Amino acid sequence: MTTEIAGIIFMYAFTLALAIPIGRYIGKVYEGEKTWLDNILHPLDKIFFKLGGINPINEMNWKQHLAALLTINLVWFILSMLILMNMGWLPLNPDDNPSMSADLAFNTTVSFVSNTNLQHYSGETGVSYLGQLTLMLFQFISAAAGMAACATVFIAMKERTTENLGNFYNFFIKSCTRILLPMAIVVALMLVFNGTPMNFEGKAQYISLQGDTVHVSRGPAAAMIAIKQLGTNGGGYYGSNAAHPLENPNYFTNIVENISIILIPIAMVFALGYIIKRRRFAWMVVGVMTLGFLFLLFNAVYNEMHGNPMISRIGISQPLGSMEGKEVRFGPAASAYWEVTTTVTSNGSVNAMHDSFTPLAGMSALLGMMVNSFYGGVGVGYLNFYVFIIIAVFISGLMVGRTPEFLGKKIEAKEMKIASIIALLHPLLILSGTALASYLYAHNPDAYSGWLNNPGNHGFSEMLYEFTSSSANNGSGFEGLGDNTPFWNIACGTVMLVARFLPIIGPVAIAGILAHKKFIPESAGTLKTDTGTFGIMVFAVIIIVAALSFFPALTLGPIAEHFGMK
Amino acid sequence: MSVHRRKNKLFETELVKEAVKQSFKKLNPVVQFRNPVMFTVWVGTLVMACVIGWIATGETSQGSLAYNIIITGVLFITLLFANFAEGIAEARGKAQADSLRKAREDTPAKKIFPVGEMYVNEVHIVPSSKLELGDHFLCEAGDIIPMDGEIIKGIATIDESAITGESAPVIREAGGDKSSVTGGTKVLSDRIEVKVTTQPGETFLDKMIALVEGASRQKTPNEIALTILLAAFTLVFIIVCVTLKPFGDYANTPITIGAFISLFVCLIPTTIGALLSAIGIAGMDRALRANVITKSGKAVETAGDIDTLLLDKTGTITIGNRKATNFYPAIGIKESEFVEMVVLSSLADETPEGKSIVELAASNGVKPFADTSNMRFIRFTAETRSSGVDLPNGTKIRKGAFDAIWNIVSKNGNGIPVETEEKVKLIAQNGGTPLLVCVNNEAKGVVELQDIIKPGIQQRFERLRRMGVKTVMVTGDNPLTAKYIAEKAGVDDFIAEAKPEDKMNYIRKEQQGGKLVAMMGDGTNDAPALAQADVGVAMNSGTQAAKEASNMVDLENDPTKLIEIVEIGKQLLMTRGTLTTFSIANDVAKYFAIVPALFIASIPSLQALNIMNLHSPESAILSAVIFNAIIIPLLIPLALKGVAYKPIGASALLRRNLLIYGFGGVIVPFIGIKLIDLLVSIWF
Repeated sequence: MTTEIAGIIFMYAFTLALAIPIGRYIGKVYEGEKTWLDNILHPLDKIFFKLGGINPINEMNWKQHLAALLTINLVWFILSMLILMNMGWLPLNPDDNPSMSADLAFNTTVSFVSNTNLQHYSGETGVSYLGQLTLMLFQFISAAAGMAACATVFIAMKERTTENLGNFYNFFIKSCTRILLPMAIVVALMLVFNGTPMNFEGKAQYISLQGDTVHVSRGPAAAMIAIKQLGTNGGGYYGSNAAHPLENPNYFTNIVENISIILIPIAMVFALGYIIKRRRFAWMVVGVMTLGFLFLLFNAVYNEMHGNPMISRIGISQPLGSMEGKEVRFGPAASAYWEVTTTVTSNGSVNAMHDSFTPLAGMSALLGMMVNSFYGGVGVGYLNFYVFIIIAVFISGLMVGRTPEFLGKKIEAKEMKIASIIALLHPLLILSGTALASYLYAHNPDAYSGWLNNPGNHGFSEMLYEFTSSSANNGSGFEGLGDNTPFWNIACGTVMLVARFLPIIGPVAIAGILAHKKFIPESAGTLKTDTGTFGIMVFAVIIIVAALSFFPALTLGPIAEHFGMK
Repeated sequence: MSVHRRKNKLFETELVKEAVKQSFKKLNPVVQFRNPVMFTVWVGTLVMACVIGWIATGETSQGSLAYNIIITGVLFITLLFANFAEGIAEARGKAQADSLRKAREDTPAKKIFPVGEMYVNEVHIVPSSKLELGDHFLCEAGDIIPMDGEIIKGIATIDESAITGESAPVIREAGGDKSSVTGGTKVLSDRIEVKVTTQPGETFLDKMIALVEGASRQKTPNEIALTILLAAFTLVFIIVCVTLKPFGDYANTPITIGAFISLFVCLIPTTIGALLSAIGIAGMDRALRANVITKSGKAVETAGDIDTLLLDKTGTITIGNRKATNFYPAIGIKESEFVEMVVLSSLADETPEGKSIVELAASNGVKPFADTSNMRFIRFTAETRSSGVDLPNGTKIRKGAFDAIWNIVSKNGNGIPVETEEKVKLIAQNGGTPLLVCVNNEAKGVVELQDIIKPGIQQRFERLRRMGVKTVMVTGDNPLTAKYIAEKAGVDDFIAEAKPEDKMNYIRKEQQGGKLVAMMGDGTNDAPALAQADVGVAMNSGTQAAKEASNMVDLENDPTKLIEIVEIGKQLLMTRGTLTTFSIANDVAKYFAIVPALFIASIPSLQALNIMNLHSPESAILSAVIFNAIIIPLLIPLALKGVAYKPIGASALLRRNLLIYGFGGVIVPFIGIKLIDLLVSIWF
């Protein structure tokens, strides 16, 4: 048991140790400073700039940034729909997998464009290699799009009074070539050496000891897995994601993949500290995020390692803790650690069955996604956090008797309006989506009987989880939910789309508007945002705005289930 | 300065009566709609009234009639409490302004009717309400000035105690910077002709009263931003409550309308929603209590943000005049002899400097001479820059500025001792003014005059510094003297040999650096700078132009008032912030009271969430709503008085307020709801 705990402590410590230098590196990339990879990767950037007709030193204002972001996303959306609906007859399909239906293609496309990677299909039978490669491309570009938007906010926070916030395409391409690509190559190589497939051959076949014929899916798995973790995408190559022995072969790959999950989200905050030259501020942000993360982690690990009380009651000892739905090679602690990291970061890959976690551990996953900014997705995690900072600055600015200001810029009605809408959006989407599903199910249980594998509180959690995961752009599933139906495909697709783009547009707009404002120098009366006190304020705002609005829903789901089990 | 501040208790019977009346009047939905948070409570109360009707016709699924009537009643009282808070703030502000206004209502005015150049103008007595902009009126000793205006002819001493509380009479005269008179003040001597400068009903006081009254009260930018945030919170909780209905359906838990509305009303930030406008009004009211009339609520808010404060040296930092502090006889002259001569020369000197010399000498044991009959006194003039006395025995004593006396001395072929000259330099370097004394054209020594820095001013500047406000002293002194006084008083910067445009330039420069600047002024030549400053405070004695250009008028003409205004502004914002925090922090306990109550009937295991161990679902819900209602009147005194500002630095202040209002806001309702539940559980 202590080894297991030591394992996750090591994982976290190592991640933090890596995140600091990598954050510095990311900061340098966005600032256009020299890095040691320049010599190798500069020609590659040049090719992209030339192909796209981009002048990387052409500065854009925040509206142009958003226009660029939305336009390129629209192009990818159309491209992906075309490929997924026609991949059955297109090349690179050795296993003869079929094309997708329109609603499933919509759901899948939205899911990958929005960095969610909610999968209502199974990788082995649902997509061709061309489909997998397309989705893999999206894993790069959706992550890079979020990071580029985040970089825009960083630059806006740094500048005194300006409209020029750098070039979006420059941030976007550099996110791919300078950050995601080199890191993905390193991770993919580690996976390949541990047995993850990387080829374009069809299914392999062997006869097992029992004499059954077993088909083993292969393909370009290692490349996809590396970027799915690094880019907080989470869309697995195989249906059972990182629990699959070829996708995550052993404890070592588990460490590598799990570190990859939260590495860039933490590093982005350090990049912020580097860019705006306020390291203390970055540490405050990391501190608040870590505090929330540790609460969720402790709750999950504690509950998983103590096993299921109902099993204990029938006299079965659970020395390992709750092992239902877990891989023996990982065990409950590492599974719980993964569960929490993958949900706080909007990654969504899983190495254990979330449906089978004890209710309170399941609630950790739900809360991680509901808050969606304890680290959060690459780039977008900080964007969500930024909204909470704005609200916290506003309230605490008043509390010290000054018109609230953040890094020398006054927060006024317009910014509060945007921040309020964004803070409101997440509860709105999750609660109204779940309410709609509950309403349909409650008033006609027979017609929708295929939805829920479990009745009662757990069934409620399944529906709540699906919408939470969609709205958080997480993509993990509670499973147990029959989700490949037009209702879930379209409802979740819509939620993912709205929940992806509005929370990017909002913070970029706020940062852009603030950057344009007059700069007010700091005085002794100015609220310092890099202190522990302010950190507590942000944390309190997150708990009250994000977590407490879900309290009634959580009560009916995991909390009722938990107390029901006792 | 003996300042009499109008003080009244928070809840005077008269005002309370008025506020109660207003609480009902303000139930009008059009009025309620201005405040989104309370408007939703209003709608909720209406829905509950319908539910009562529904139950009365035989519906049984919504709980007992009595229970629903109580919930409706409590919601209704919540609304009344909110209206009362606004009502009492308005009533207090109005009472304050009225007491100022009363003085000038229907005073007889001696209006001048011009009848051309050939004849003498006619003077008729008309009621002050008949005076219009541009009219001229006459005031003689004993008259009450009927209207604000500017003296166009004459000089008079005026008793302004009705407005400022200051009993010493002030002098006002035509032309210059002291030409303004205020309605309601009394002419003590002489006769003045005054031109009406404001339209009836448009005086600053009228504007202020309109600001306090609901109708024309505009929300300030900060208030708007906060309202948006509160509206967002309200929306979140609408979503939380509406979606709970299908959730309940799924869990086979029927939830009554009463429970829904109770949960909703408890969760939305009603506390701050109810007190928000009262806080704003009380801010202006506090300014008025400090005898400052503000032209907009925004000005008070801006005052809290001030980064730089421009203060005139004379009257603000130093007591108006210089005082003699030391006698330095030249070598070979006995000190007592020297002092005696200086005193002789100052006996008839009516200037404050001259008087201070006599005072200093007296404290050194030199008595003034009784017999002055045969002495010939030479008064101080701007040309000679010296004064003195010719004694009966022919001795000529002169004292004055260094160069003036040096002229006299050198003209007669005498020099000035080196030590004395060095002393002169030293005094100037230390911010003092040297007065050279010569007897029969021979330099005999130096008197040191020093600016006397107001007692306690250093502490006030220190307080400002800790608030993050930079103080700038404006003075006509030379840079050397200015620097010395600036250091001694503890101001951060100074403008020496200041001309009006220097103030303007300094303000512009600070503003370009993103700072907010406040200044106080009275003269017409201050007007551009007052307009340029973010907060300009004109003295009531100042010219009309200065008053028009500023955002506030200080009735007491007290130059240190700016410091008070900054604190009032900070208090206003802090009160908003802390009560918002308190209101939202309360939600934690309310969730724990109501959510288990909603589901406990169908999911008994949720009893574990009932951490307050409330008696029953009904008592839990009732206790939460009742707590939610009574916290409003309990916080009215705080809203009206404002949260105390302590200049302990922003971070420490945040820590303190977060602990009191944030952490306190989490704990208090747990205790309050439990106590109310103990009482309510007798019946439910």
